[in-house]
Amino acid sequence: MSAPTMRRSALRKSPGVRPRKSIIFTVLTALFMIYALIPLVWLVISATKTQADYVSTFGFAFGDSFALFDNIKATFEYRNGIFGRWFLNTVMYVVVGAGGATLLAVLGGYGLAKYKFPGRRGVIAIVMGAIAVPSTALTVPLFLMFSKMGIVNTPWAVIIPCLITPFGFYLMWVFAAEAVPDELLEAARVDGSSELNTFFRISLPLLAPGIVTVALFAIVATWNNYFLPLIMLTSEEWKPLTTGLNDIKLQTYSAAGGANPLQNVIVTGSLLTIIPLIIAFLFLQRYWQSGLSAGSVKE
Amino acid sequence: MSQTTTKMRKPRRNWRGWIFVGPFLFFFLIVFVAPLLYAIYLSFFQPKMVWGVSQGEQFVGLDNYIRLFGDSNFWSGVIGVGLFLLIQVPIMLFISMYLALAIDSGRIWGANFFRVSVFLPYAIPAVVATLMWGFMYGTRYGVMSEVNNLLGTSIDFFSPSLIWVGIGNIVTWEFIGYNMLIFYSALKTIPGSLYEAAEIDGAGEWSIIKAIKLPAIRGSMMIAVIFSIIGSFQLFNEPNVLQQMSGNTITTYFTPNFYAFHLAFEANNPSYSATLAIVMGLITVAVAYIVQLWGAKGGVK
Repeated sequence: MSAPTMRRSALRKSPGVRPRKSIIFTVLTALFMIYALIPLVWLVISATKTQADYVSTFGFAFGDSFALFDNIKATFEYRNGIFGRWFLNTVMYVVVGAGGATLLAVLGGYGLAKYKFPGRRGVIAIVMGAIAVPSTALTVPLFLMFSKMGIVNTPWAVIIPCLITPFGFYLMWVFAAEAVPDELLEAARVDGSSELNTFFRISLPLLAPGIVTVALFAIVATWNNYFLPLIMLTSEEWKPLTTGLNDIKLQTYSAAGGANPLQNVIVTGSLLTIIPLIIAFLFLQRYWQSGLSAGSVKE
Repeated sequence: MSQTTTKMRKPRRNWRGWIFVGPFLFFFLIVFVAPLLYAIYLSFFQPKMVWGVSQGEQFVGLDNYIRLFGDSNFWSGVIGVGLFLLIQVPIMLFISMYLALAIDSGRIWGANFFRVSVFLPYAIPAVVATLMWGFMYGTRYGVMSEVNNLLGTSIDFFSPSLIWVGIGNIVTWEFIGYNMLIFYSALKTIPGSLYEAAEIDGAGEWSIIKAIKLPAIRGSMMIAVIFSIIGSFQLFNEPNVLQQMSGNTITTYFTPNFYAFHLAFEANNPSYSATLAIVMGLITVAVAYIVQLWGAKGGVK
């Protein structure tokens, strides 16, 4: 669905007369833009403040000194550099978890779109059913199961659940059905190409835009994952950034009863956590939209 | 494979598709189906305690379910997220729809810039979103304290009466842009010929919205509503991160998911927690299904 959507939007409606611009609508929309950006502006400004300035100056004003680089240093030096470790853990979960999820979804969606096999209807039924089942409801039972298997508090407990994205599977199914013509596959078979060979040499390039979309959603979901690692991991060394940040918060709140000596570390850590995603987000704009128009589903 | 059947138009029915679908299904069974079955199994058992010492699990039939239906902590969480859903979701979706229509209309300056900025929060982890808003809510050093000084008010989003408003604001902030983009994508699929026809008929802006645009986003509206319902019933991250920041406002049974977490990890009652997860899953699916039926009958315009 997304491929034709993108094509169609290229030759988008061009009404004979350009509509008149409206100041009222522009201002109203701008208010929501300000709403969306305000916490981020606050975060960037706060990350430049010392702890003293943070407490004493207005939230949207810069402090007396510019402490961004000191704060970044403090963040990476916090508890012997555990923040760097969390950062690498998150990257590892994204590469293995989101990467694996994308691979499985692409293979599966393609198989569902291009092959008739025994049990196909059954696969469709349970996977579509699963999209509606809230995955957080399964996280506690999954923990109990994993703890019987002895893999809680290891990276596998986070990676394995990340490998499945019913939404990505659905997206690839819809995408592959339109992007890869059956005639092309027939021709490859006549030439004696094996199924896997055909997939990698002919289908994969055609699936590329869909793959990027699925990967993007999987990356964001994995990078932002909180509930799953919160439940599965207790030791510091395997935590991702999200639960790690919450740990810093917990530590400072229990220590100082609300008065917060580590605010600069939390704020700067938060900023460092979101920068990679914001970059990916801005550079891969168009894939978001094609993914949403095809699936219109969130995870 | 034999060459005789390759001329067929339709793909042949054989097992080769499993090469591709098999790996996905294998992990799917581990991550979705197995915990579901395990939760159902667990819900029929209880830790057996003799003189305060655990003696393993004991089959108790439907006791866990009966206990849950009489558990006021559980129901207060369900009512909490239910009310949250009824108020927050319509506000959020209304704003999203306005933004999608405005950005699509061609009547505002800087539409692309607005679209990107409003969607940006979707890329921010819920933890970071909640930390940012939570710090700003702070009545001691936060932006809220300055706002209160300025206006002479004493608004405290951490107080029991406003905590849901504070959480609602965070969730709205996170998902306005996401839902906007869903609606916007649907609007983009409207063929230009429809607009030309409307123009020839002399239809005004509002009648185009009513007759063409709103019907076009109906399907996406249903999806957005259903996923917002699921999201609300599963609410956990935002109250979890806010818990220590807000003092004692957020209880251990603040939302159903919160309560499940507490039961499994603090109260050491995994089977009761599993029962709660199953019942919540059923409630969610039932509500989503009812909404879908209602939408199919034309309830959502």
